[in-house]
Amino acid sequence: MSGPNTDYDPVEVTPLKPEEVEAARDAAVAAIAAAADLAELKQVRIDHTGDRSPLALANREIGALPPQARKEAGQRIGQARGAVNQALAARQEVLEAEHEERMLVEETVDVTLPTDRVPAGARHPITTGSELIADIFVAMGWEVAEGPVIEAEWLNFDALNLGPDHPARTMQDTFWTDPADNHLVLRTHTSPVQARTMLTRQPPIYVVCPGRVFRTDEYDATHSPVFHQVEGLAIDEGITMAHLKGTLDHFAAQMFGEGISTRFRPSYFPFTEPSAEVDLVCFVCRGAGELDGASCRTCRGEGWIEWGGCGVVNPRVLAACGVDSERYTGFAFGMGIDRTLMFRQGIEDLRELFEGDIRFTTAFGSEL
Amino acid sequence: MKAPASWIREYVDLPDDVTTEDLTARLTALGLKLEAIESASAGITGPLVVGKVLTMEPEPQKNGKTINWCTVDVGDANGTGEPQGIVCGAHNFVPGDLVVVILPGGVLPGNFQISARKTYGHLSAGMICSARELGLGEDHDGIIVLPADAGEPGTDAFDVLGLREEVIEFEINPDRAYALSLRGIAREAALAYDAPFHDPADRDVPSPNDAGHPVVIDDPVGCPMFVARKVTGFDPAAPTPDWMATRLQQAGMRPISLAVDVTNYVMLETGRPIHGYDADKLQGPIRVRRATEGETLTTLDGALRTLSPEDLVVTDDSGIIGLGGVMGGETTEMSSTTTNVLVEAAHWDATSMFRTGKRHKISSEAGKRNERGVDPVITPAAADRVVELLTTYGGGTADPGVTVVGSAPERPQITISYDLPARVSGMDIDAATTVTNLEAVGCALVKDDTTLTATPPPWRPDLNDPFDLVEEVARIVGYDNVPSVLPREAAGRGLSREQRLRRRVGRTLAGAGCVEVISFPFVGEAAFDALGLPADDVRRTTVRLANPLSSEEPSYTTTLLPGLLKAAARNLGRGASGVSLFETGTVAFPVDRGPAPIYGVDWRPSDDELAKLLEALPEQPLHLAVVLAGERERAGWWGEGREAGWADAIGLVRRLGTELGVEIEVVSTSRAPWHPGRCAQVRVAGVELGHAGELHPKVCAAFGLPARAAAVEIDLDLLMKHTRDVTPGPDFSTYPQAKEDVALVVAADVTTAEVEAALREGAGELLESIRLFDVYTSEQLGADKKSLAFALRFRAPDRTLTEEETAGARDAAVALAAERTGAVQRS
Repeated sequence: MSGPNTDYDPVEVTPLKPEEVEAARDAAVAAIAAAADLAELKQVRIDHTGDRSPLALANREIGALPPQARKEAGQRIGQARGAVNQALAARQEVLEAEHEERMLVEETVDVTLPTDRVPAGARHPITTGSELIADIFVAMGWEVAEGPVIEAEWLNFDALNLGPDHPARTMQDTFWTDPADNHLVLRTHTSPVQARTMLTRQPPIYVVCPGRVFRTDEYDATHSPVFHQVEGLAIDEGITMAHLKGTLDHFAAQMFGEGISTRFRPSYFPFTEPSAEVDLVCFVCRGAGELDGASCRTCRGEGWIEWGGCGVVNPRVLAACGVDSERYTGFAFGMGIDRTLMFRQGIEDLRELFEGDIRFTTAFGSEL
Repeated sequence: MKAPASWIREYVDLPDDVTTEDLTARLTALGLKLEAIESASAGITGPLVVGKVLTMEPEPQKNGKTINWCTVDVGDANGTGEPQGIVCGAHNFVPGDLVVVILPGGVLPGNFQISARKTYGHLSAGMICSARELGLGEDHDGIIVLPADAGEPGTDAFDVLGLREEVIEFEINPDRAYALSLRGIAREAALAYDAPFHDPADRDVPSPNDAGHPVVIDDPVGCPMFVARKVTGFDPAAPTPDWMATRLQQAGMRPISLAVDVTNYVMLETGRPIHGYDADKLQGPIRVRRATEGETLTTLDGALRTLSPEDLVVTDDSGIIGLGGVMGGETTEMSSTTTNVLVEAAHWDATSMFRTGKRHKISSEAGKRNERGVDPVITPAAADRVVELLTTYGGGTADPGVTVVGSAPERPQITISYDLPARVSGMDIDAATTVTNLEAVGCALVKDDTTLTATPPPWRPDLNDPFDLVEEVARIVGYDNVPSVLPREAAGRGLSREQRLRRRVGRTLAGAGCVEVISFPFVGEAAFDALGLPADDVRRTTVRLANPLSSEEPSYTTTLLPGLLKAAARNLGRGASGVSLFETGTVAFPVDRGPAPIYGVDWRPSDDELAKLLEALPEQPLHLAVVLAGERERAGWWGEGREAGWADAIGLVRRLGTELGVEIEVVSTSRAPWHPGRCAQVRVAGVELGHAGELHPKVCAAFGLPARAAAVEIDLDLLMKHTRDVTPGPDFSTYPQAKEDVALVVAADVTTAEVEAALREGAGELLESIRLFDVYTSEQLGADKKSLAFALRFRAPDRTLTEEETAGARDAAVALAAERTGAVQRS
């Protein structure tokens, strides 16, 4: 940098001549306008505002001017640099916008590409179906009770008023553990869970018992030696069949839709008296028995679907389980979960539930 | 139970406009559930008419057969009144006989369309029908020849043949044994329509006398009543009348001979099983007693049976001649030469009948009724009805001797309050309705001010308790009238913690790409062998079933893996490129604590007794198993796929631990069915939870799975037990983190877990986290060495750590790792 030169005529310092400054400014502005992209603009910025740019170099000369001339030259340079910076900023903004727009276009991908790197898992419909049922009852204030699958004969039969000579106790129906005089069975229903509940809890009792049960049935499209049941038990003061009906109607509506209710038909179960079969209004044809002029496939034209059994808990069962039958009455019901799912989901062959084919199970996802 | 509708109507005056559909709907509502209505004319479409054979000309054919060219008068049924020309292959008729003719346009069962067609040189315009062609039986020896009074030619034959009959099949519940008879079904029909009932068992019966066959009952509990009647001079060749044979067939029983058919007919009519003996084969008095151990009897099915002291037997001087109430013996069986018949109608103890039937595996129509309970009072009437039918259709005479030993057991009295039906059913049932309905089912009532004492009728052995009466009252009022009322809202506790956790486990695994399966929990030695379990492996000690479905799989399983591995192989076999399956299920391990006791049912067992009962149950932990086979990650546009391996299996257990807030420890071990060098024992708080890792190559091969398939099996109960009830909120610092990475060279057999544990302990409180990020081996390091690189992250709760503090902690960590595992830090 040159030293102060008090005699120096500012006009005589070439770089600071107004026309030079203007020329440098115009050159810079022109270059900025000509910059086609951010890289070029970066170079233009260096060329026209960097340390070696004409305006920067001119600025250095200001110090060499006599004091009276510095102000004017300073203003001139300052204005020129201001104009250049403004142009730069404006151009920068434009180019950045252009760049971003181009980038976004360039980065376009085929979003329809598959994304299933890890295939989806699923829970079994029996599991999610059992949970759905449990949740319906839990929402009514009931609890979910459970018990072992290998069960004492007394709990599976005797305590439920299935005496030693009840036909259900023959080898034709029940899996016995070896030796049979160990009095252990694979539970034939989830009713022993009801017995366990009554034996260990004081009323009021409101429990629902889903679980796996066993019968020595041949394995075919509608029978399985291993299947699933849900039973319910309510023991309280003043319980009647009307409460049973109310509960099952609510269950039916929750499970199959508003307006789907049940009907009772007299039946026989050792653990209930009076006993009834429960039929469900067909949720497909809504009881009409036909659909679009054809016989309804779901209920086979009946308008009703056999759903399960129920009744008022036999006072003999209450006695065996230590419930005061003078003070309390109760109701119980039971239905097959597998069967319920078969008609609810339209599953044609029961065996599909137990084959473990992932195509079957994944179709249901993780909730029903 | 199958019941022809006309037979039901014989005993009940139903209004004419009641259709079979109406009737069955009402009976179903009363508890006799309709199974099916079969029409006897199923598959037949008219015109089906009575024809009179006018002429028949036998015409031998080239094929050796002789056909008859007949002209048959069918009245106006053919529209012309002219005789109908029909070719017929049968020869069991003569001109003048009345036959059944189906005319052109008619259809026979099997969609056999009848038309006038050219055959054997004639235009045969219709067909003369046999019983088999009409679906009425198997008799194809000839065409049906109708009785001479069957009707004028041209008369509709549907009525003549009883083809308008509708047979109703009911599903009879075990408590309603009375409905295993037309008498019982008609009684319910009368109840349904409040219509007059005519009891077929209500008949004048000759008084007992001493002239009959002598009978002694040694066991009046087992056989409270025994009636013996005799028919002499019976014609064994007499045919069963058509109407009886038809009804038997419609009821599902095969006509055999008049004597047998009559006993079956009366059983269907009254519900009382009857046994007939060839009276000439009987030797001396009949005696009813229990068998003694080791006695034998050849029953009339030819089986030699060794009897139990619980079996009730009928004897004479020759020894045992029948298994009372269940099956007769061979020696006194009626035959085609029997002319003198001794009719036995006896009342038997239902329980004894059930046990004997079950013991000897005899299932019969008689046994079915005797073991469910028969009306004892009608025993003499049933015997008398048999005598009547035998003499009417088989000739012979009723012997004047009438033996009646014993009497019908007394019925218990049941006392209820008038409002009990209302209180239990929730229906609006007043005292008058209760009284009316109980009387309608046949109860004799004694009415007090507040209570009602009912003596149930003899045909209802199922009515014993107050609630039994409630059901009777309620079903007549109609279950459709039960109101729908929700019970009061209970203050429930929601799902238990364990129930919630189980859902969590399932969702976690499904979220990790695993599909849940449910397999049968039955297992056999073959599966244990395929898993390579050592001979003394605890999993080979199983709870065995006394009556397994398959002798190949006689046990309740101790491991979920066999079912899961088979399911995996099935999926791969069906084209899946990879499969990740899981199952949660009970397994069972026997305990040797003796048999489970059987207690009474009149009161609750004591707590001690209950504890003893529960103790006898096998251990039944809930297991979780996973199998990962084939592709775990798919190949795709993103690059290569990845096969499942040991790390995926162990990773799933760790992930479950994280989800459930349980710290999982992993220790190297060897155990079947896993690869001995790639098996982890997974633990929680030092206790074995189970195992995870790669399956042994032999196991993969045995189950048809690809190499490197991996599996997990853990005790889910145990895992859930170690979850915390309440997880405390963590304290964490927001001061800056200090990072130190160290690479340690250790012997190849030193595990990462050991090194990490030493580093963690050595680093002390300032260590926030530690994570292995690289494992490196090279020739330079040596084959027996590996380098483990860990990222250590330090942080203090109250300050920014200085470099010296961090370095100090790092050095202490490395020093302890060196001391414990021989680790040398790589520079």
